[in-house]
Amino acid sequence: MKALQVERSVPRFAMARIASEWKAGAGGRYGPLRLVDVPAPELPGPGWQRLLPRMSGICGSDLATVDGRSSRWFEPIVSFPFVPGHEVVADTEDGQRVVIEPVLGCEARGIKPLCPACAAGRRRHCVNLTGGHISPGLQTGYCKETGGGWSLAFVAHESQLHPVPGNLPDEAAVLVEPAACAVHAALSRLPAGVTQAGEVTAVVIGAGTLGLCVVAALSRFREDVTRVIAVAKHPHQRELATRLGATSVAEPGELRRAVRRSTGSWVLGSGQLSGGAPLVIDCVGTASSIADALAVTAPGGALVLAGMPAPANIDLTPLWQREVSLTGSYTYGPEPSAGGRHSFDLAFELAEAARLERLLSATYTLDRAAEAIEHAAAAGRRGSVKVAFDLRREKKRSFE
Amino acid sequence: MPRPGFVLEVDRSTPPVLIWHGEGFRLERLPADRSRVVYAPEPLAPLRDPDAAIRQALVEPIGDSAPLPELLHAGMRLTIAFDDLSLPLPPMRRPDNRQRVIEAVLEMAAAAGVDDVVLIAALGLHRRMTDAELRHALGDRIFDAFAPHGALLQHDAEDPSELVMLGKTEKGEDVEVNRRVAESDLLVYVNINLVAMDGGHKSTSTGLMSYRSVRHHHNVKTLQHSRSLMDRPNSELHSSAWRIGRFLGKHVKVFQIETTLNNDAFPSQMAFLQKREWEWDVRDRATFLATSRGLDVLSPAAKRSIFHSILAPQAMTSVQAGEVEAVHASTIEALHRQQLVDVEGQSDVVIFGLPHVGPYNVNSIMNPLLVMCMSLGYFFNFYIGKPLVRPGGVVIVSHPTPWAFHPVHHPSYIDFFEEVLSATTDPLQIEKVYEERFATDEWYRHLYRTSYAYHGVHPFYMWYWGAHALEHAGATIIVGGNRKAVRRMGFKPATTLADALEMAEDQVGRDPTITYFRCPPVMLANVH
Repeated sequence: MKALQVERSVPRFAMARIASEWKAGAGGRYGPLRLVDVPAPELPGPGWQRLLPRMSGICGSDLATVDGRSSRWFEPIVSFPFVPGHEVVADTEDGQRVVIEPVLGCEARGIKPLCPACAAGRRRHCVNLTGGHISPGLQTGYCKETGGGWSLAFVAHESQLHPVPGNLPDEAAVLVEPAACAVHAALSRLPAGVTQAGEVTAVVIGAGTLGLCVVAALSRFREDVTRVIAVAKHPHQRELATRLGATSVAEPGELRRAVRRSTGSWVLGSGQLSGGAPLVIDCVGTASSIADALAVTAPGGALVLAGMPAPANIDLTPLWQREVSLTGSYTYGPEPSAGGRHSFDLAFELAEAARLERLLSATYTLDRAAEAIEHAAAAGRRGSVKVAFDLRREKKRSFE
Repeated sequence: MPRPGFVLEVDRSTPPVLIWHGEGFRLERLPADRSRVVYAPEPLAPLRDPDAAIRQALVEPIGDSAPLPELLHAGMRLTIAFDDLSLPLPPMRRPDNRQRVIEAVLEMAAAAGVDDVVLIAALGLHRRMTDAELRHALGDRIFDAFAPHGALLQHDAEDPSELVMLGKTEKGEDVEVNRRVAESDLLVYVNINLVAMDGGHKSTSTGLMSYRSVRHHHNVKTLQHSRSLMDRPNSELHSSAWRIGRFLGKHVKVFQIETTLNNDAFPSQMAFLQKREWEWDVRDRATFLATSRGLDVLSPAAKRSIFHSILAPQAMTSVQAGEVEAVHASTIEALHRQQLVDVEGQSDVVIFGLPHVGPYNVNSIMNPLLVMCMSLGYFFNFYIGKPLVRPGGVVIVSHPTPWAFHPVHHPSYIDFFEEVLSATTDPLQIEKVYEERFATDEWYRHLYRTSYAYHGVHPFYMWYWGAHALEHAGATIIVGGNRKAVRRMGFKPATTLADALEMAEDQVGRDPTITYFRCPPVMLANVH
């Protein structure tokens, strides 16, 4: 079976890191990712199914891995070699189209009783990511036994499967997983008392797939949010952000002024704002984006890190002085503020209503992985949003 | 005897013409046999004794008005309002017309025993003037006599306690005026008329009123129907301003004093800027070359600093005083004597070379919005009859158009450029969606009132100023501008004038007719 595989190779990771300094995405050519011919993964236990990927997206976390830039935090919770790809729409053996919820919690690992988080449906907080009958791996796509979406076949536990409605095209379904992450971030709770006269400005930093989906989710699911300011670098991102519901769009250097206008704040010395936005969602995760986010979060407001952050050196004085709540937003689960509906259910609704297929800009075959990775790493500059592998026409794609 | 303005038909022997380009200028050769250059009249001779002329105007007013001395008496409240730093351009050498006129008025007030006198800079929604700028306009004697005692004020269009709502005009326009003005026995307004748009009732209805009043004449509808802004009988803006001014006149006695200047805009060291190119002598050519080469190696800030230090030798050519409308009619006659140039017909393309300074960037940066206002607002509207360019024609503007804003003077401009223009360039949409929010933003209010910032709504007016041109012209091309800034405004960038002319052909066809409006000095095209 053809698959793109990441090997544990220190020299290749080092080479990817060096190459990606020169050109983002160069790790796809010189790094740990290789196109290999490997046996299809075996079913690890009861309740597991074989799947044939139809489309599989390239995520920011995948790019960080391929370019050798992931945090070492992940080392104990991945197992090599692994096949990336966790944004997947796939076929089951009985002909159903499904999207997978990639987190590998207690159920998938065959662990009983479930840990309290998994029992409550919050697999993202599972404490058993290294246990059970499969190797460590926080998600499908980072575990050596499961395989991943960047291949012709992989396996998933039945608890991970979400059937795709018949009318939803693959091009939209492949965006359901990132959309579910976005829904979860968008439904982040506001600290009490932070809103003023019913006005809630939310800021979304970053207008890649995640940022744009957060904008769409805020617009659809947050009636309490009255204004959404999206921060976008590129013209096509500005246009999409507006179409998906942003009230206004600012370039990164314009953010403080945009928030000032929206919130009626004043500008103090050195450009600092007297107030700010009650809810700021950072979908980039760099030191500068987090610093920007902190600078525009209202006293007592919430700063949500939705994009996978990199190690960063940040002045936390405003966090302390303004009692900003800094929270991470990772994956999905039942959403209390949406009556307990699962983020995936909401994401399906969003994918259809917001026509998320328009975010899919380009597809590649597995043979052209290096090009695909480079394209995904430069998506903004190249006028693109989501880049994915299209596996529907791959030869030898079958359960045989 | 100064020569009148004229139109030069360009042929193969015509030398390259000078085109302003912000803090610099270029020599460009225009296509022969289809280009023409409109030259301003030469500077009129100034009044031989301006102080005597002022005194005479005050004691022999025109229109339905008593001589000023008869209007002055002990115990009265006298307010003298004067035009702000947006006039004249470039700032004139001392003594400024305002100083001469106000000194004469104060002498008469003193003689009549008037001791309650307040001076007000009629800022309207412009930025406050610095002490140095006030001293320059008024002279040290007046500044030192009034400023320390709190009797030299700057109109604050956002101070609710210092504004009075007098009522509405017959068209429902709010008349909310400076309280001191409303409660005065006499308002003496001292004007400098640089362009035909200024003066008359516009002085008071813009300079001394609130946003609630100004918005009635400064809006897209009036600006689209002001054809031109420099031709009051055909200007909706002026119709509204006149109604408001007349309404004010029913409540407050206004004694208007207007002055005109000749167009001697540049000092003798830069005489070549005033001369027609084929009349340049060796010295002019050498000065042009030396200046151009010198400017090439300077930073934008250094160039700006040099150009903004230029003081114009322009001098007073007329002064008239008395009843507002009679005075203004006489002013316009005097202005036309200096500025009017007859032009036959329209062309496919018009070229404007913008200088370093306009009304809203004295001692400041000409940011992209001001480039729009200067070119499509002012230069385009320097006409009577019909525009220099035909409907659907192309406007070519030469200016560096930097993506740069003065953070103290133009804070709301930055936001307008970033937020509003990135969403739309349609004046009607801009007015409908954004104006009120900017106009009522507390931070802009604070900066306008306490710092040196233009009012939050002011960048909107810059855009509206070009509304008529935006409707009329088919395209606007900016030569040598910051490409991103030019595109943000919906215009096309070009590297050279030749490129711009080639691009214009896409809009107006091959071998278009071209008019180069060689301004400054300021002139007014009477297009037949």
